Amino acid sequence: MSLLETIHLKKYFGDTHAVDDVSLVIKEGELVSLVGPNGAGKTSFCNVVSAYYTADSGTILFKGRDVTRDSVTARVKAGIARSFQLVNLFDDLTAFDNVALAIFSREGKTRSMAALARRDSAVTGEADAVLGQFGLAGKRNELARSLAQGERKLLDVALAYALRPKLLFLDEPTSGVSTRDKGQIMDTIAGVVRGEGITAVVVEHDMDVVFTYSDRIVVMHQGAILAKGTPDEIRTNEEVAMTLIGAAGPDAFTQRSDHARG
Amino acid sequence: MTAMTTTTATADTGGAAFLRLLIAATAILVGLALLPAVVDPYQTVLLTYGLVMAIAALGFNLLLGYTGLLSFGHSAYFGTGAYTVAFIVRDLGAHSMELCILGGLAGTVLVSALFGFVCVRHTRIFFGILTLALSQVLWSLAFKFFWVTGGTDGIRVAYAKLTLLGGLVDFAGPGSFQRFVFAYYYYVLALFTLATVVMWVIVHSPFGKALQAIRDNETRASFVGISVRRHRWIAFVISGAFTGLAGILWVPLNGLTTPDVLYWPFSGEIVFMSVLGGFRTFAGPIVGAVTFNYLKTAAVASTEYWQLLLGVVLVTLVLLLPSGIVGTAMRLVSRWTR
Amino acid sequence: MTIFIIQILNSLFYAAVLFLIAAGLSLIYGVMRIVNLAHGSLYALGAYVSAWVVGGAVGHAMSGALGLAGALLLLPIGAVVIAAVGALIEPTLLRPLYRRPEEYHLLITFGLLMILEDAMKLLFGGTPLSAGSIMDSMGSIPIGRLLYPTYNLVVVAIGLIAALGLWWFIYRTRFGVILRATSQDRRMAAALGLNVGRVYVQAFAIGCFMAGLGGAVVVPAQAAVLGMGVEALVLAFVVVVIGGLGSLEGALVGALIVSLVRTAGIQFFPEIELAVLYLIATAVLLIRPTGLFGRA
Ligand SMILES: Nc1ncnc2c1ncn2[C@@H]1O[C@H](COP(=O)(O)OP(=O)(O)O)[C@@H](O)[C@H]1O
Ligand SMILES: [Mg+2]
Repeated sequence: MSLLETIHLKKYFGDTHAVDDVSLVIKEGELVSLVGPNGAGKTSFCNVVSAYYTADSGTILFKGRDVTRDSVTARVKAGIARSFQLVNLFDDLTAFDNVALAIFSREGKTRSMAALARRDSAVTGEADAVLGQFGLAGKRNELARSLAQGERKLLDVALAYALRPKLLFLDEPTSGVSTRDKGQIMDTIAGVVRGEGITAVVVEHDMDVVFTYSDRIVVMHQGAILAKGTPDEIRTNEEVAMTLIGAAGPDAFTQRSDHARG
Repeated sequence: MTAMTTTTATADTGGAAFLRLLIAATAILVGLALLPAVVDPYQTVLLTYGLVMAIAALGFNLLLGYTGLLSFGHSAYFGTGAYTVAFIVRDLGAHSMELCILGGLAGTVLVSALFGFVCVRHTRIFFGILTLALSQVLWSLAFKFFWVTGGTDGIRVAYAKLTLLGGLVDFAGPGSFQRFVFAYYYYVLALFTLATVVMWVIVHSPFGKALQAIRDNETRASFVGISVRRHRWIAFVISGAFTGLAGILWVPLNGLTTPDVLYWPFSGEIVFMSVLGGFRTFAGPIVGAVTFNYLKTAAVASTEYWQLLLGVVLVTLVLLLPSGIVGTAMRLVSRWTR
Repeated sequence: MTIFIIQILNSLFYAAVLFLIAAGLSLIYGVMRIVNLAHGSLYALGAYVSAWVVGGAVGHAMSGALGLAGALLLLPIGAVVIAAVGALIEPTLLRPLYRRPEEYHLLITFGLLMILEDAMKLLFGGTPLSAGSIMDSMGSIPIGRLLYPTYNLVVVAIGLIAALGLWWFIYRTRFGVILRATSQDRRMAAALGLNVGRVYVQAFAIGCFMAGLGGAVVVPAQAAVLGMGVEALVLAFVVVVIGGLGSLEGALVGALIVSLVRTAGIQFFPEIELAVLYLIATAVLLIRPTGLFGRA
C-alpha cells in the first residue's frame, strides 16, 4: 500500500530545477534511500514533502489524502517527520528536553502550563527510553550545543523519531561524522526504524551504507528521478554509476564508493 | 555560556536542587516579610515600588528571555492596567482593590490579545517596532483625549478611597497613610509571590519548554509540530497580563496615573531592568527591577541628571556585563564551586 | 485656496526635516543593521548646537558685523558636530556589539539616548534655544493675501538638495558602491578587501550628520526644546517603516506621507492625528513588512 505519493512535483529556483517533475511512490514500511550527486535536489524533495518549501506545482498524497497545501505543523500531525542535513536542534535546551518537547508536542500538551514538565512521568519515561535507543542516555542533561557532532546528528534523528511518525525523512544523518561512527549511527537508525515499522526515506552519499540498509533506492539527478529499484538493480545500473561516481563497470561501486561523497 | 544554561538547568537537576531553591525562596520571602519592622516606612514604600516593577519585568521577560521576542512596547500593558484602575475608581466609583485588579486584568488581556495578535506575525526588529508603534497609539490617545484621561495631568487615584481584601481593610481616619504603607506592602508582596510562583510554573511547564524551543530554533519547533505563532501569541498575552498587573498595583502607590507610563521610554526602562538583572535567568528580571528602582531613586535624589547616570550604567552593563547581575553571579558561583 | 497652499508648504517643510532625520536612521540601518534609538536625540543635539552657535555669534558680533550670510554659514555647525559625535560613538560603543544579538544594539542606543537627553539638559539648560534671528532677517514672501516665511522654503530646498545629494552619493560615487556592497554582505565585502570598519564609521557619521542637519535647519523656525528628540525618533520610525527600513527613496516618500497625514490630521482629526500615523505604520508592517521601497 502506498503511504506517500508525489505526482509531477516541481520546485524551481529561477533557472535551477531543484525538484523537476518528480512522481514517486513510497510504500508503507519500506526503507528507501535517496541518492544523487550534490545539488541533485534530494534535500529540496524532502523540503517540499515536509512543507519547508511550498511546491510550485504537482500533488503530494499522504495516506491517500492531498496534503500539498498543508502547513508544516499539519503535516507533522498527519505523521510526516524529518531530520535535517545541517543539524537543527534546540541548542540551549538539554538533550532530554529536546526529545521531551517532541513528545509533549505529539501528545498535544505544549499548551499545558499548569504542571511542571518534568513531573509528567509518562513523557519523561518515554524521553529517556528514546535517548537510550539512540545511545544518548549518558548525555541526558547536557545542552544540545555542547554535544559532539555525531551525537547531535543522532539527537536530530531522535527528535523526529520521538514524534512516532508514519513517514520519516532523514537528510544525510551521517554527514560530517567519521566513517567509523557512520556505521554505528546507521545501525542505530536502521534498528530503531525497522523495529517500529516506520517508513523511512534516507538521503545518503555512502553507497556501501546505501546498499547495506535499503529496501529500495531512488537516484536523483538535476531535480529528476534518474532511476529507482532494489539495491541489486541499482548496483548494476551503468547510468547510475556514471552519474554518481563517474565510472562504470561491474565493480564500480565497491571500488570507488569513497569518491561518491559530495 | 553558563548564563545561557540557567533558564533550563534548574528543571533537570532533580529533587535536591528543587529543595534548595525552595529553601532559598522561603528565606528570601521571610526576609521580605520582616523588613518593614526594621526599616522606616519610606524604605517600605520604595521596596513596594520595586516589587511592583519586578512583576512587570517578570512578565516582560517571558517574551524576551523565554520566547526570544524583544518588546519595546510593554508600556502599553502597564499603562492599560493603570488607566483601567483609574477609570474604575473615578467613573464606576468602585473602592475594592480586588475589583480593580479583575477589571484591570480584563482590560490588559484584551489589549495584549489584540496587539499580540498583530505583533507575533513578525520577529526580531520588526516585532520590536510593531510593539513600539502600537504602544504609542495608546500613548497618543491618552495624551490627546484629555477630557477622558486628564491629558498630561493624568488621573488621580487616592489610596484612601480604596479598600483591600473585599473591604476588610480600609484607610479611613487618622494615621491612615502609615497603615496604607504597611498593608499595601504585604498586599503587593503576596501578589508578587503568587505571580512569581505562577511564572515559575509556566516556564517549567511543557508550554514554557515549547517557548524556549521556539526561542532557540523556530524552524525546528514547527517541525516537531508546535504551532509557533499560536504559542507566541499566548505568551504575549500572559506577558501583557503580568505587566498589566504591575500597572494596576502601581496606581494606588503612585496616587496618580499619567501618560508617561504609556510613553515608549518607559518600555525601555522595563527592558533595562530585565537586562540589568540578566534576562537569561528566571530571577534576573526580579533582581533587576528592584535594583533599578533603588538605582533610579538614588540617582534622582543625588542629581538632576539622573538619566545620564542611568544611561552610563546601562551602556557599561551592555558592554561589560551582558549577562546581568544574576547571570554574572551564577557564573562566578559556578566557577567558585568547580 | 491660499490656506491650502500654505498647508502644503508647511507639510513640505515638515517633510524636509523628517526626511533628513529618517534618511540618516535608514542609512545606518541599511549599512549596519542597527536601529539607533538615540538618533532622535542626535537630531535634537544638532538643533541645540546650531541654535547655540548662531545665537552666541549673533549676540557677540558687533551689530551688523554678522550678516544673514554669516549666520547661515554657522548654522550647519550642528550637523558637523553631530557627525563628529557619531564618528566617536561607532568605534567605542557599537563596534564591540556587532557579534551580539540585536537586543544589545537597541539597549546600548537606548542608554545613549538617556545620556544624550540629559547631556543636553546639562549643557543648554531647560530653556528653549532658537536661531530665530535667521528666520526674522530672511523675511517673508506673499502668498495670496498672506505672508509666508522665506526660510521655510529654503528648508524645503535644502531637503531636496540633500535627497539628491545623498542619492548621487550612494548611486554614483565609488564610496556609494562600497557602502552598498557592505550593506548587502558584510563578510563578502571584507573578503574583497574592503575595510568594513572604516565603512561603518563613515556610514554612521553620515547618518548622524543627516540627523544633525535636520536639527540645524529646524532651529531657526522652531526652538530646540528638551524631549524633541524622543518625539522625533518615533516619527522617524514611522517614516522608515512606511518607506522601508534601509531605503533612501522610502525615507523620502515616507516623510512626505507622514507630513501630509500630520498636516491633514491637525486640521481634521487632531485627537487621533498621531494614533493614525502609528496605525499606518502598523498596517504597512503587516501588509508589506519591507515597506513601500524596502528590499525583501
Ligand atoms: N532555497 C533555495 N534557494 C535557491 N536555490 C536553492 C534553494 N534550495 C536549493 N536550491 C538549489 O536547488 C538545487 C538542489 O539543491 P539540494 O536540494 O540542496 O540538493 P542536494 O540535497 O541533492 O544536494 C541546488 O542547485 C541548490 O542550489
Ligand atoms: Mg542535501
